[in-house]
Amino acid sequence: MSLLQIRNLCTTFYTPGGLVRAVDGVSLDLVMGKTTGLIGETGCGKSVLGHSILRLLPANARIEGSIRFKGEELLCLPETKLRRLRGREMAFIPQSPATSLNPVLTIGRQLVETIRLHKRVSRQKAREAAAALLELLDLPAPEKRLAEYPHQLSGGMRQRVLAAMGVVGNPSLLIADEPTKGLDAIVRRQMAAVLRRLTAKTGAALLLITHDLRVVAGLCDDVAVMYAGEIIESGPARVVLTDPRHPYTRGLLGSLPAHGLKPIPGVSPSLIDLPAGCRFFHRCPDASPACGEVWPSLVKQPDRQVRCLLFAQGRESGKGVYGRDLQAAVV
Amino acid sequence: MHTETGNKAVVGGLIVVLLLAGVAVSAPLLAPGDPGRQNLVLNLIKPCWEYPFGTDELGRCIFSRVVYGTRVSLTIGVVVTAISGLIGVFTGLIAGYFGGLLDEILMRTVDVLLAFPGLVLALVLAGLLGPGLPNVILALALVGWMGYARVVRGAVMAVKVKEFVAGVRALGAGDWYILVRHILPNVLAPVIVMATLGIGHVILNAAALSFLGLGVQPPTPEWGAMLNGGRSYLRTAPHLTVFPGLAIMVTVLGFNFLGDGLRDVLDPRSQAKIPD
Repeated sequence: MSLLQIRNLCTTFYTPGGLVRAVDGVSLDLVMGKTTGLIGETGCGKSVLGHSILRLLPANARIEGSIRFKGEELLCLPETKLRRLRGREMAFIPQSPATSLNPVLTIGRQLVETIRLHKRVSRQKAREAAAALLELLDLPAPEKRLAEYPHQLSGGMRQRVLAAMGVVGNPSLLIADEPTKGLDAIVRRQMAAVLRRLTAKTGAALLLITHDLRVVAGLCDDVAVMYAGEIIESGPARVVLTDPRHPYTRGLLGSLPAHGLKPIPGVSPSLIDLPAGCRFFHRCPDASPACGEVWPSLVKQPDRQVRCLLFAQGRESGKGVYGRDLQAAVV
Repeated sequence: MHTETGNKAVVGGLIVVLLLAGVAVSAPLLAPGDPGRQNLVLNLIKPCWEYPFGTDELGRCIFSRVVYGTRVSLTIGVVVTAISGLIGVFTGLIAGYFGGLLDEILMRTVDVLLAFPGLVLALVLAGLLGPGLPNVILALALVGWMGYARVVRGAVMAVKVKEFVAGVRALGAGDWYILVRHILPNVLAPVIVMATLGIGHVILNAAALSFLGLGVQPPTPEWGAMLNGGRSYLRTAPHLTVFPGLAIMVTVLGFNFLGDGLRDVLDPRSQAKIPD
């Protein structure tokens, strides 16, 4: 049974420049104990999707559609009830560890306060729990760290502190927004290990928002690829990453250093002024004239969903085009 | 270099302020006599061994009065600053954090109050409330909170968009929790500086009110009131005004040095220069 059901989610920002359709008709299911990766380039709406689930958006944003968490519709929930869910049922690990901790409070104070936000325990008990949690996350000398301020910790340590703050309430859904952003390769691998251990220990569903394909390959059961506010391909991570169908997914994998660092030409369309047809039309190597006019819907295939006319009904012959210059990519 | 001068000023100011606090606390031990006891035979005596600062027109020991006056001035300075600081910080916090109409109303009120010169407004209030220590404190507190409100509001607006605020909100924190536990500690540094400078300012204003007869009333030994009392003897017995005047000057200078120094120390720009 799915823990979180997102149906036809649209998040729109009202800006002086016009309406920004950051998330446009996204449907996604998150299952208990499974890790789902949400990948896409900067500005494709993946972070906004993560924030929409917790309704952590600025006042000029409007969320439409349906987000059901354990059968409860989140978009209709009053703010006070939603606040009770945040941290306890659904937690968020923010991006950029450099700025996501309060610079003037010690690590211990921030962790202890967060624990006491969820559980009625004494300061002393909470401090012990905090130290135990940091130890679990492989942070050396946790007692010493608790007395330190964020600027005294390295980026990787801070990210682990943030992860610890995220899981103190024992949430069943964990949303990690680019947890590996700005970390070097070694720390990134450590962070991936930390996330894996956390989900294994708590049995929580994890939504991993990232543009790091290697992290997705190492951590995720399922993957959804976003482009210009839409999900353009989704399915089991192994299937999608080794045998990508959508030209954009193939382009993404082709741009990895291991596959020749081939960039995708052009830039993604403005979310204010979206093209009529396929949003990837102008950059797509396999585009046909019809792609510029017909908006593709998600095509269900046995092992995945793809939003591309190449795979639309009656055009299964797309096989001739697919795989033209890209071999099955192994990540 | 910047921080070095800052540190020196802090130490100098701190010594003066601590000495004054010591004088205020141990006034009964330091003062040779009762500050209120009159001795009309020994009036207007010049400074001598028995009366270090001389005596006033009623034969009261000026040294004792200056020493006891420290209590009054420091009390007014600290209490007024605490009250106006609390009002100002609270106003600034909610105006900056919640924004919108509330912010508009509060900040326009601040603008209107700031349009009057502070001492004039305090004069009017003190005149309306009548003289006396509690009324002086109230009048000065009511005209002194706007600066805190403005500074805090600006700092809150800068802090509330930081990512850690969104982070704790995502962990289930409510508005007041965020405001008190996370934003307040971040905006406290400028408030500490302002409050330290503010104490000196308040003491000066309180002395001015007393000098004008609207503040603390005789026979309470208050420096401003003592200046007023000695005014008529300025030519014949200048020690009546010189010593309370010096006391005011030293006190205000002490708090100003401390505040200026603290600003240099707490300024993140100068902190960046300190190697780890």
